[in-house]
Amino acid sequence: MKYVAAVGLEVHVQLKTRSKMFCACPVEFGAEPNTHTCPVCLGLPGALPVMNHEALRMTVLTGLMLGCDIAPICKFDRKNYFYPDMPKNYQISQYDMPLCTNGSVSLHDLAYPKDAQKNIVTPDKEVHLVRIHLEEDVAKSFHFENSTGIDFNRAGTPLMEIVTQPEINSPEEAFAFLTSLKQILIYGGVSDAEMEKGQLRCDCNISVRPEKQAGLGVKIEIKNMNSISGVRRALAYEIQRQISALETGEKLEQETRGWDDAAGETFLMRTKEFAHDYRYFPDPDLVPVTTEVLLADVRSRVPELPKAKRARFVQQYQVSAYDAGVLANDLVLARYFEAAAKGAKKPKNVANWILNDLQNALSGAGKTISDCPIPPEALDELVNLIDSGKISGKQGKEVFAEMFATGKRAAAIVKEKGIKQLSDLSAIEALCDEVISANPKAAADFKAGNVAPLNFLKGQVMKLSKGKANPQLAGEILERKLKS
Amino acid sequence: MTAKDLPALGIAELQSLLRQREVSPRELLEALRDRIEIVDREVGAYLSLDFEAADKEAEKANVDLPLGGVPIAIKDIISVAGQPCTCASKILRGYRAPYNATVIGKLRAAGAIPFGKTNLDEFAMGSSTENSGIKLTRNPWELSCVPGGSSGGSAAAVASDTAFGALGTDTGGSIRQPAALTGIVGLKPTYGRVSRFGLVAFASSLDQIGPLTKTVRDAALIMNAIAGHDPQDSTSLDEPVPDYAVALDHDLRGVKLGLPKEYMVEGIDPQVKTAIDAAVKHLNSLGAEIVDVSLPHTEYATAVYYILATAEASANLARFDGVRYGYRTENPKDLLDHYGRTREEGFGPEVKRRIILGTYVLSSGYYDAYYLRAQKVRELIRQDFSKVFEKADALISPTSPVPAFKFGERTADPLQMYLTDIFTCSANLAGICGISVQCGFAEIDEKRLPIGLQLLGKPLDEARILQIAHAFEQSTEWHKACAPIAATLRNA
Ligand SMILES: [Zn+2]
Repeated sequence: MKYVAAVGLEVHVQLKTRSKMFCACPVEFGAEPNTHTCPVCLGLPGALPVMNHEALRMTVLTGLMLGCDIAPICKFDRKNYFYPDMPKNYQISQYDMPLCTNGSVSLHDLAYPKDAQKNIVTPDKEVHLVRIHLEEDVAKSFHFENSTGIDFNRAGTPLMEIVTQPEINSPEEAFAFLTSLKQILIYGGVSDAEMEKGQLRCDCNISVRPEKQAGLGVKIEIKNMNSISGVRRALAYEIQRQISALETGEKLEQETRGWDDAAGETFLMRTKEFAHDYRYFPDPDLVPVTTEVLLADVRSRVPELPKAKRARFVQQYQVSAYDAGVLANDLVLARYFEAAAKGAKKPKNVANWILNDLQNALSGAGKTISDCPIPPEALDELVNLIDSGKISGKQGKEVFAEMFATGKRAAAIVKEKGIKQLSDLSAIEALCDEVISANPKAAADFKAGNVAPLNFLKGQVMKLSKGKANPQLAGEILERKLKS
Repeated sequence: MTAKDLPALGIAELQSLLRQREVSPRELLEALRDRIEIVDREVGAYLSLDFEAADKEAEKANVDLPLGGVPIAIKDIISVAGQPCTCASKILRGYRAPYNATVIGKLRAAGAIPFGKTNLDEFAMGSSTENSGIKLTRNPWELSCVPGGSSGGSAAAVASDTAFGALGTDTGGSIRQPAALTGIVGLKPTYGRVSRFGLVAFASSLDQIGPLTKTVRDAALIMNAIAGHDPQDSTSLDEPVPDYAVALDHDLRGVKLGLPKEYMVEGIDPQVKTAIDAAVKHLNSLGAEIVDVSLPHTEYATAVYYILATAEASANLARFDGVRYGYRTENPKDLLDHYGRTREEGFGPEVKRRIILGTYVLSSGYYDAYYLRAQKVRELIRQDFSKVFEKADALISPTSPVPAFKFGERTADPLQMYLTDIFTCSANLAGICGISVQCGFAEIDEKRLPIGLQLLGKPLDEARILQIAHAFEQSTEWHKACAPIAATLRNA
């Protein structure tokens, strides 16, 4: 029997606000434990929350980027349960009136894992969202030998929860969804979305059913995945586990499972019997606010999204769809490209330099585009020197290496090293004559109809000119002379 | 004027002495300390005192500020940095507030000196201060009676001359009812008029901080200091604050006072009814027009109040779990046992009763029938008031259906105790302001027990009810009477 999997994701995203959701404490990853706390985020008796309007704006912005409907009123509720990470033993969240509803994320080919990009089942798939709501993050427990410590620095960080429809049908689609979503969040400047820093966390709801069965199978939740590839592996494991269970006639029960990344297995955490009754009710400490003003503030902040950027790159810079995809994949890279290509005569050549030489040099040096030693205008200058024939492509690579190592500009390096391309016809002709007379056998072979010696002779001209001769011109002159 | 006479004074009287440099803030504190030593052994109004810190503030006090150099007692549910904040609960044993409530900052900015924390029903849940998990507070008029609650400590301190004025909190009547039972003035401001930041929440949508004082003028003076918008409390109202003291002197001609027919019901003590009838006549003689009005949803107020207040309390009190501060049980088996036993041992019976009730009304399957319905009726109660305030400038009623009762008289039946809030809790549900001022005495076993008149005002119309209360007070003698325990010392 054939089985299909339906996966819905609940993605938690820490917003990149300067201060916490309901107090003025700074949001900062990696600070000394309990140094970014105050009576509010410690839940001390008498402390009261005050909404961080920038967090509301960022959530509305995310909603706009993902095509969501924005609620007219922003209201918060209390979600009640006891946990040491939660200083008030209730979490301020949004229950029946999330800030955003509906909307979707489209999955671009390049968002899939590299090894899966050739076998995409549904190209340009749209994964629809149920809702996006805003809440406060909890603290973090650290377990020691005989005790547990709690770091409240994270408590109260604005956290956006994005819930999808159960429309994801494979681990690869889940991977592509998270990659695409992350890209959009970065584009909007709402989060750095780094999973290893806990800025993006994801729970998966998985159900498997025989292909012909209508309706979803039993829903099983997996928690604790801390990388996008971890999500992919956990889903692959869990879908297979559920299929095997169904095949052996086992009845699946609704439950919550954890993911053990090292073992590559999911494990049972709790069954449905222990599900909480969260007793949600409106938080009386927070007066609901209308979103009208927020919306007006945020509309101008909606950026060009990856999809639009890719299309524009193809149209405006004549780069290939694939190159546009790679460039737009990374907002910093895309910005670098545009800055370099802005004044370029052949922007396509700029793209080639970025995607080949520059990317290679960066990965070789263990750097990223964010700390690239060559500013984009400098790269443009280099490409221009080559395109206008002032230096050869080979010289260009030499100059590029020097630029990357020292940060110097191309023009300075060319001047300093006396690099220039010999394009003076009579000078190249003299060199060609010298080479032909020094290599009579090769010349005779060519004349006899064998084309291979031409490249050898061209190489000799380049060598004689110490690489300065324009190789194209040298080839043309040699050919003319030998054929005459 | 000798040091012995100082504790009997009100704030307004103190101010002129201070400003004429006839007495220094330190001398005032000294006099208060002596009086507390004599009287509070019997009354038990205070949970903690910090005269050392107060003396330091007194040395720097600027007596020309509105409340410059005036010591003020604080209900022990309001945070004062460095001081205990027990909420009269064992569960906050050892906890000291690391920050100041906004009202404390405002009081200090006005020159006042917080010097001691007063007793209350645990987490302000109660109407007699008998639910204090720490000690008993007695009514200064009759030591075998309760002082009312939950701000019973603040009321008893003011009534026994061990405080010139005090802050209390009112969730369903907790300022007005003890003020009535101890013969003083108590004002519950409009919801949002005074910041709740730093007030340990019982029921967030109902709680308000307000003054308990010897005179209406003193209440106005404290209101001048504590009212106003606070960006740290998003429920606080960003509306201008009038000078309540300047607005006091106003005659009652043309003022319309509504008499809600639902508030003159059975169950009111006959002596209370007589006193209120006389007060109404008196107000009429001062020029006020008395109009009959109706608040048709009054009968639901107590039920709505106990559903909403307990629901909010069940979440507000969840943070007391022994993890970060306060009482913690010993050797728990596991986390659940830690939570269960810490809270079992740390909270008193009334608090537990309300947490359980509040948890129940929010539970899945019951939410719509209780919490949601109560919210709808709350809206109807609010509308009752807005309609009535189209016809009347303020409403009159008894503050409490009964005068002070004996210890233990109402503790056996929580419902009996809850009913002492019937005239007060509607104001919290509607978010309006209210004041209690003394209007007579009941004679019980040859003892005199004060009776309170309640005036309810429109939202943000504190100035109006203060005016009416002031006119009533100044044209009657009740406020001049003082509790026997204080009187013996006044005349000594
Ligand atoms: Zn904080």
